[in-house]
Amino acid sequence: MKIFRDEIEHIALLARLSLSVEEKELFGSQLNSILEYMEKLKELDTKDIEPTSHVLSLLNVMRDDVPGYSIPREDALMNAPDSTDKFYRVPKIIE
Amino acid sequence: MELYRQTISELRDLLDRKEVSVKDIVSSIYQRIDAVEEKVKAFVTITEDKALKMAEDAQKKLDSTEKQSSKSLLGIPISIKDNMCTKGIRTTCSSKILYNFIPPYESTVTSRLIEQGYVLIGKTNLDEFAMGSSTENSGFHVTRNPWDLERAPGGSSGGSAAAVASDECIAALGSDTGGSIRQPASLCGVVGLKPTYGRVSRYGLVAFASSLDQIGPITKNVRDAAILMNIISGHDPFDSTSAPLPVPDFTAVIGSDIKGIRIGIPREYFIEGMDKEIDTSIKDAIRKLESLGAIPVEVSLPHTGYAVATYYVLATSEASSNLARYDGVKYGLRAEGKDLIDTYMNSRAQGFGAEVKRRIMLGTYALSSGYYEAYYRKAQQVRTLIKKDFEDVFKVVDVIVTPTSPTSAFNIGEKTADPLQMYLSDIFTISVNLAGVPGISIPCGFTSNNLPIGLQLIGKHFDEESILKLASAYEQATDWHRRRPLL
Repeated sequence: MKIFRDEIEHIALLARLSLSVEEKELFGSQLNSILEYMEKLKELDTKDIEPTSHVLSLLNVMRDDVPGYSIPREDALMNAPDSTDKFYRVPKIIE
Repeated sequence: MELYRQTISELRDLLDRKEVSVKDIVSSIYQRIDAVEEKVKAFVTITEDKALKMAEDAQKKLDSTEKQSSKSLLGIPISIKDNMCTKGIRTTCSSKILYNFIPPYESTVTSRLIEQGYVLIGKTNLDEFAMGSSTENSGFHVTRNPWDLERAPGGSSGGSAAAVASDECIAALGSDTGGSIRQPASLCGVVGLKPTYGRVSRYGLVAFASSLDQIGPITKNVRDAAILMNIISGHDPFDSTSAPLPVPDFTAVIGSDIKGIRIGIPREYFIEGMDKEIDTSIKDAIRKLESLGAIPVEVSLPHTGYAVATYYVLATSEASSNLARYDGVKYGLRAEGKDLIDTYMNSRAQGFGAEVKRRIMLGTYALSSGYYEAYYRKAQQVRTLIKKDFEDVFKVVDVIVTPTSPTSAFNIGEKTADPLQMYLSDIFTISVNLAGVPGISIPCGFTSNNLPIGLQLIGKHFDEESILKLASAYEQATDWHRRRPLL
């Protein structure tokens, strides 16, 4: 057993997911068996191995600092569930 | 002659010789969709009105040119996996959280298809956010394998593969993070190519695991895959991970001699417990390649057994970060809560399906304080070892030959209860994404109950030409790719 019930709740909060009681049960047991399978990575000695974050040896990609095309504001707001003419609207965040 | 059965190059000839019109072709496709889509359910959105408009434009361009068209897709019906943005056309990722999302911009790959005059037939079904190996994780409906409607088409590009196999389009685009083009191509008996990481722009592809995702073609034969590769490949200023390298004419290798090409047979891919019929078919295919002049060499990719574990740490970590953007504010579904955090949590709870939640949880755990070193960093180190396995083998061979999938198409519902079982169905395709090398799956036989078997050819970084060359030589010497399911 790698993840306990209170940890599931903590991870769900970090991930901004509200889970039902059933989901907590189910994911708890499924994540435990998946993590158990991942334990096999520990068999390998990786002490001096560089981690790979990117498979190609591309260097930083630079460009000139000039303004280019960007999506017009009305297009960017087109899909918003709630918006004013200029902004996304969200529930009140300051008391 | 049924126009919907043809390939890109065959239709190109017919159109350029003015023997058929674009409208004839597009009507033939929609008649086919009317006849079989109810059984296969390959599409999330069918774009018939848009297609008729695009067909009209293509016809005008064709009529105004005397000789052969220089645009290779002018008037050709193609479908697109529903995780690539198409401006003004709903793009859902088969997720309820994007059920109403209309992209305000066009992905680079589809922009390039538009430049070539393609006709968009529809947006195809997938496992939600491309997370799955069966297309059963779609938030909308399950797609069925055209060879046996009780079975899954594979995934996550199951809609694209099923649409091509059932002749509901001439070709399609899919995306491949751990096998999502090659495995469904294998299970549906069509050709599927995952290019080298960086070969094709990911701009406008909804991100799942950004260090692994690549877009590629799903087609009826190898030549068509090469034709699409010519169009979608190449550097894009909108994707800083796309490689600034020249793109060869991939069709030039079709039909060329494979004498002397060294093919590596990795012993780790021929394991105890593999389906007997698949084992036999793959070995027959290797003998066929040998008879055509290729030289088989036994090789070893010693870290193969660690690939699935490595992948599911890295892919879920990247996914948990990429999918943070779905918060019910900028687009998609919103479920109001008592405050902002509550709104985030409710929107995501209602919008995401079980597999997506499971992967977000797993990735969040692997990246969380105290576990990062043990999981994420460890997996990145093992990724280096897996990549090095390929580099070592490619010092002695030109192409690696393996099965694409350890099984033929499995039953719908067979693996949904046990996520780990489902993850293991990608065992032969995942290493290719981790190493960033290109791979193609082509049909190489059928099981006794008439289900397709796929052969995977893996190449060096940016050497799609060698795998296309070998695939085309094999295809020209066999008939598997000509078989079609009875629907």
